[in-house]
Amino acid sequence: MSQAFLRLACRTPSLRASSSIPRVVRSSARSFSGSCVVRSDVQPTSLDTFTDEEQMLRESVARFAQEVIAPKVREMDEAEMMDPELIKALFEQGLMGIETSADHGGAESSFTSAIIAIEELAKVDPSVSVMCDVHNTLVNTVLRKYGTKEQQEKWLPLLSESQLGSFCLSESASGSDAFALQTRAVKDGNDYVINGSKMWITNSYEADIFLIFANVDPSKGYKGITCFIATKDMGIQIAKKEQKLGIRASSTCALSLDDLRVPAENIIGGEGKGYKIAIEILNEGRIGIAAQMLGLAQGAFAKAVPYTFERKQFGQAVGTFQGLSFQQARAACEIEAARLLTYNAARRKEEGKSFVREAAMAKLVASEVAQKVSGAAIEWAGGVGFTRETGIEKYWRDSKIGAIYEGTSNIQLQTIAKFIQKEYS
Amino acid sequence: MRPTAARLLNILVPIKRQVRTVDYAVKIRVNPDQKGIDLNVKHSMNPFDEIAVEEAVKLRERLKDKVKSIKVVTIGPPKSLETLRTALAMGADSGIHVELAEGAPPPEPLGIAKALRAVIAHEQDGVDLVIMGKQAIDDDAGQTGQMLAGLMDWAQATFASKVEVDTEKKEASVTREIDGGLEELRCRLPLVVTTDLRGRRLTASVEPRYASLPNIMKAKKKQIVKLSPEYLQVDLTPRLETLKVTEPAKRQGGAKVASVDELIAKLKEAGIKPVAS
Repeated sequence: MSQAFLRLACRTPSLRASSSIPRVVRSSARSFSGSCVVRSDVQPTSLDTFTDEEQMLRESVARFAQEVIAPKVREMDEAEMMDPELIKALFEQGLMGIETSADHGGAESSFTSAIIAIEELAKVDPSVSVMCDVHNTLVNTVLRKYGTKEQQEKWLPLLSESQLGSFCLSESASGSDAFALQTRAVKDGNDYVINGSKMWITNSYEADIFLIFANVDPSKGYKGITCFIATKDMGIQIAKKEQKLGIRASSTCALSLDDLRVPAENIIGGEGKGYKIAIEILNEGRIGIAAQMLGLAQGAFAKAVPYTFERKQFGQAVGTFQGLSFQQARAACEIEAARLLTYNAARRKEEGKSFVREAAMAKLVASEVAQKVSGAAIEWAGGVGFTRETGIEKYWRDSKIGAIYEGTSNIQLQTIAKFIQKEYS
Repeated sequence: MRPTAARLLNILVPIKRQVRTVDYAVKIRVNPDQKGIDLNVKHSMNPFDEIAVEEAVKLRERLKDKVKSIKVVTIGPPKSLETLRTALAMGADSGIHVELAEGAPPPEPLGIAKALRAVIAHEQDGVDLVIMGKQAIDDDAGQTGQMLAGLMDWAQATFASKVEVDTEKKEASVTREIDGGLEELRCRLPLVVTTDLRGRRLTASVEPRYASLPNIMKAKKKQIVKLSPEYLQVDLTPRLETLKVTEPAKRQGGAKVASVDELIAKLKEAGIKPVAS
């Protein structure tokens, strides 16, 4: 069998670095049932196939998370504060500019690489993971996709090197109904003056760079929504830092925008294009959240299961009781399902295929699996699982937000239902 | 073996891919035939070799242009390639893979040392400094570095925690960890250094420890040369036969004593005699 090939040329068009060494795709011993004709330009592979670089990244991030982040997780959760040293370390590892081009200080890696990093971080701390996720899949991507060359030159290097980004769309009166936002931007000479408030904004306490969605012309409805890029020192105020059930170390704040003056050149994508940017970017962000929830589920599983083989009751390890082992088996199935949904959605996006439906499914399922598995993990560990010391209960608290942010579960269901209606009616 | 004429340093770092025994999640099990351990577990670079790679990269950070090249070499089956790539991502310039057949018996320290000697002879620009881990944590042999120095008739500085090189004088100053504390040696190049753990604990600053993503991407473009034992004319046939591998005996429970007197009584019972004071 000719083994000399092939990177599925269509699989990863975004991997720009050309390798002189042919990457061997390990085609698993698959028995084609004879009825399908395999096109010579597409070599199917299993859904958990990764490039060498992606594997290396996974191992590197996993180690980094275990050695640098893990010791700080409890402290950050109790204090409800992200350690600034950690944020710095994430930048130093190149994890804050994963897809950004090398010219702009990034690592020029695939979208799947970002997903891998988010997943591995979440296995240890979903708070750190979401910080990395929002920064990469929302803020960086908006600039890469919709920014002008000048805007990219100006902002991407800052975002790759040291400045944390934040994505400000939601308000107190507009969550799922995002386009009902009230924040106004009024043109004044070469500037826009923004007034309003934002709510539930991730990263905002530590961020320097903010993407703010405001309406320049309410008479146009959502078609007036515009995306502005601003820095904290332009006058963005933290009105309130929320005290949350979970992902406590990740800052979630209400922002006050009081006569915030932003130069017109800071409009991304053009006036009135904000709604389009928001919709498209949140579709990608969904896969990031799916990865976070996936990592969370696995982290909880990996913490609780070994314990069940150490803890003995009635003369045997509790994990060897059939009832408990069956629960573990089910949980493992669900995690695997969430994993495949997530990575397939990521690859589809990389390949330029439609992925909105798959992303919605991935996020919906992964967040539900995260809740279930982390809840079960507490029970498997018994009383000890209920104490904050072991860190198992933290996963369960952290998982709740998965069904809420970046598109509630109901919104995901609605998205998926629309596809069904389109197809079947 | 001609040392480099120019005052630039060529560093060679041999690395080994082996069972990941440091990972808390990996359980080492002895095979049913008692001839070895279950190899179906995660593998990664020998931690002491990682320190060796870091040490080479740190040397370059200090000496800058005076380090001409850092090459990593591994002798192993096709899968060892991923370990080479990790080393490239940590900052090495290029790699050499002496490829063994899948399923070939694992080479022994003397075989490795001979192969390394051949690799060094094969190097056009020569090698001035070999930095390697003091031992591999699967066999804990701790022999390869010393054997290599012997075969090459080079100086050796083992269990090093700190290495400083003066390229002008072609000398190195190595701090060694010994039972009594620390020993400082001044050695002439070419030199074999084997690294110990302290090298990692002493430095508090950011180390090139985790292959950062930009470095991983850069590593893709770095060159790896493939060689074979036949090409190097090295015989890697094992000379040792493992007779038996067993787990350590299970610990017997201990007992708690209530006072110092009781402790002394128990020690006397066990036959331990007091030293005449």
